[in-house]
Amino acid sequence: MAELPGQIKRMSGGIKQLLEQIFGFSRRCLFRIISMGPIPNHLAFIMDGNRRYAKKCGLEEGSGHKAGFSALMLMLQYCYELGIQYVTIYAFSIDNFRRQPEEVQSLMDLMLEKIKSLLEKESIVHQYGIRVYFIGNLALLNDQVRAAAEKVMNATAKNSRVVLLICIAYNSTDEILQAVKKSCINKYTYNIEASGSYKHEDTDSEIEAKDIENQEKKIQLVDIEENMQMSVAPNPDILIRSSGETRLSNFLLWQTGNSQLCFPAALWPEIGLRHLVWAILNFQRSHSYLEKRKKQL
Amino acid sequence: MLSLRVPTPTSFRRLHAGRSRLSRDCLFSYSPSFVNRGVRLRVRSTKSEVALTPAEEEEEVTLPEELQPELMPKHVAIIMDGNGRWAKNQGLQPWDGHRAGVEALKEIVELSGRWGIQVLTVFAFSTDNWIRPRIEIDFLFSLFERSLKSEFQNLAKNDVRISIIGDSSKLPKSLLRLINEVEEGTKNNTRLQLIVAVGYSGKYDVLQACRGIAQRVKDGEIDVDEIDEGLIEQELETNCTEFPYPDLLIRTSGELRVSNFLLWQLAYTELFFAQELWPDFGRSGYVEALMSFQQRQRRFGGRKS
Repeated sequence: MAELPGQIKRMSGGIKQLLEQIFGFSRRCLFRIISMGPIPNHLAFIMDGNRRYAKKCGLEEGSGHKAGFSALMLMLQYCYELGIQYVTIYAFSIDNFRRQPEEVQSLMDLMLEKIKSLLEKESIVHQYGIRVYFIGNLALLNDQVRAAAEKVMNATAKNSRVVLLICIAYNSTDEILQAVKKSCINKYTYNIEASGSYKHEDTDSEIEAKDIENQEKKIQLVDIEENMQMSVAPNPDILIRSSGETRLSNFLLWQTGNSQLCFPAALWPEIGLRHLVWAILNFQRSHSYLEKRKKQL
Repeated sequence: MLSLRVPTPTSFRRLHAGRSRLSRDCLFSYSPSFVNRGVRLRVRSTKSEVALTPAEEEEEVTLPEELQPELMPKHVAIIMDGNGRWAKNQGLQPWDGHRAGVEALKEIVELSGRWGIQVLTVFAFSTDNWIRPRIEIDFLFSLFERSLKSEFQNLAKNDVRISIIGDSSKLPKSLLRLINEVEEGTKNNTRLQLIVAVGYSGKYDVLQACRGIAQRVKDGEIDVDEIDEGLIEQELETNCTEFPYPDLLIRTSGELRVSNFLLWQLAYTELFFAQELWPDFGRSGYVEALMSFQQRQRRFGGRKS
C-alpha cells in the first residue's frame, strides 16, 4: 500500500512524458504541413499584456512578466523549429522609462537575470545556435544590464543558424533619428573633404562641377538604411502584437511598412501555437500577391 | 444662426438609402453655414422645397449618439483601399471603382467637418502605385484634376483647407498648377484640413526631411548635435498642419498592412482595419471606426494607474 503513491507518481510522470512526446510529434507534423507553403523569414513580437495577465490571475506584480518570459521561450522554440530565421522582440521601450521607478527597476532586474541566463549551457541560445543582438539606445541602460547585453552579443557573435534581436531601450523614432544624424555627419564630412580638395579654374566649369558635386552629396535612402541598427536583419514579414491593442507603439516603424500585422486578443503570457499558426496562414494567403508586386517594383 | 440652405431631394434621401455610391452626384450642393457644430438647427429657410422631418434634420447636423464629442480624434488618416476589387466585384472597370472611391471620400470629408475632426489625411496615391498600368494612372490623375476643379468652390465654402503632400515631380504639369491654386485659395480655411497624399511614401518623407536637415547643417544653421526628433518633425511634409500625428488610422478592404504610409507619424496611432472595400465604407463604417477609437485606452508606453 505504501508503494501506491510512489507508483502513481511514476505513472503520472510517465503519462506526462508520453503526452509531451505526442504533442511534440503532432506539432512537428503540423509544422511540416505548414512548411509546404512559404514560411516567413522574420517575425517580430510586441509582448503586451503581462501586467494585465497578473491582475487577471490574481498574481503579484512581477509574476506577469515572469509568465511572459516563459511564453517567449515557447514561441522562440516554435519559431526556430518551423525554420523562421529571424525573431525580433520588443522587450523595453524608451517610453517605458516613464513608468514608476519601482516597476522600471524590477523590470531591469528581471532582464538582467534573463540576459545572464542566456549564456547558460542549457539555454535556448545554445540549443538552437542563436546569434543575439541587442538593439536600442543601450547608453540609457544601467551599467550592469548593458555589460551583460554586450557580453551575450560577443559570446554569440559566431552563431549563424538563427538570429534573435532584442529591442531594449528602443524607440523606432530614436532609431531613425540616430540614423539620420549619422547620415548627416557622414555627408557633412564628405562635403568638407570634397570641397577642400576641389580646385576651380573659371566660373562656367565651377557651376557645372558644383552641380555634379550636389548630385553626389544628396543623401539617399540607402544611406539612412545602412545606418539603422536593425539593418542586421531583413524587414519583418509579420508583426504580432498580443493583448488585442491595435497600434505600433513606436516599434519598427521603418521596417514594418509592408509587414503583415496580427493583433491576437490573447495577453502575452497566454500566447500559444495556435496564434502563431494563424498568423503564418494569413501570411501565406497574401504572400503570392505581395511577391508579384515586389517583382513589379 | 440662420441656415440659408436649400436642400435638394437627393441629398436627404441618401441618408436613409442603401449604399449606392455611383448615383450620388451632389453631396456639396448645399453649404450649411453654422457656427456651432453639433447644435440642432432651429430655423430653416422658408424657400426650402423639401420638408425635413425633425429626425432627418437631427441626423444631418449632430454627432451620432454612439460617439462622444470630447473623445473625437483630432487627426484621422485613411488608406482608401479596395476600389479595384470593388469594381471587379461589380463587373465594372477599375476606373469606375476609383470614381466610386471619390464619392465615398466626399462623404467622409463632409462628415469629418461636421463632427469636429480637425485634420483628415488620405492616401490617394503611393510611390508603389506607379507600377499600375499607364492608362489607370492617367485616369486617376485626370479624375483627381476633375474632382479638385469641381469641388474647389464647395470646399472653399465649407471652410476646408486642402494640402497635398508627396513627391510631386512626376505629376502632370496641369495638375501641379491646379494643386498650387487650390492650396493657395484654401490656405486660410480653418474648419477642416484635408491632406491628400499623392506620390507619397513614409520613407520618402523621412528621407526628404533628412536632406533638409543635412542642408541646414551644411549652411551652418544648426549643429549636428542639435538634431532631435522635434527637428525631424518640423521637416516632415506633415509640417503643413498643427496636428501632424494621426490619432486614428483606418484602412479599408481588410488588408492588415500600413503599406508605407505616414511612417514616423504613426508611432502611437490607433489602427482600425475595416473589412469593407473603400467605396462601401461610408457613414456607418466611419462611425464604427470612431466608436472603436473612443473605447481604446491610450497609454503611450506609460501606465494608467
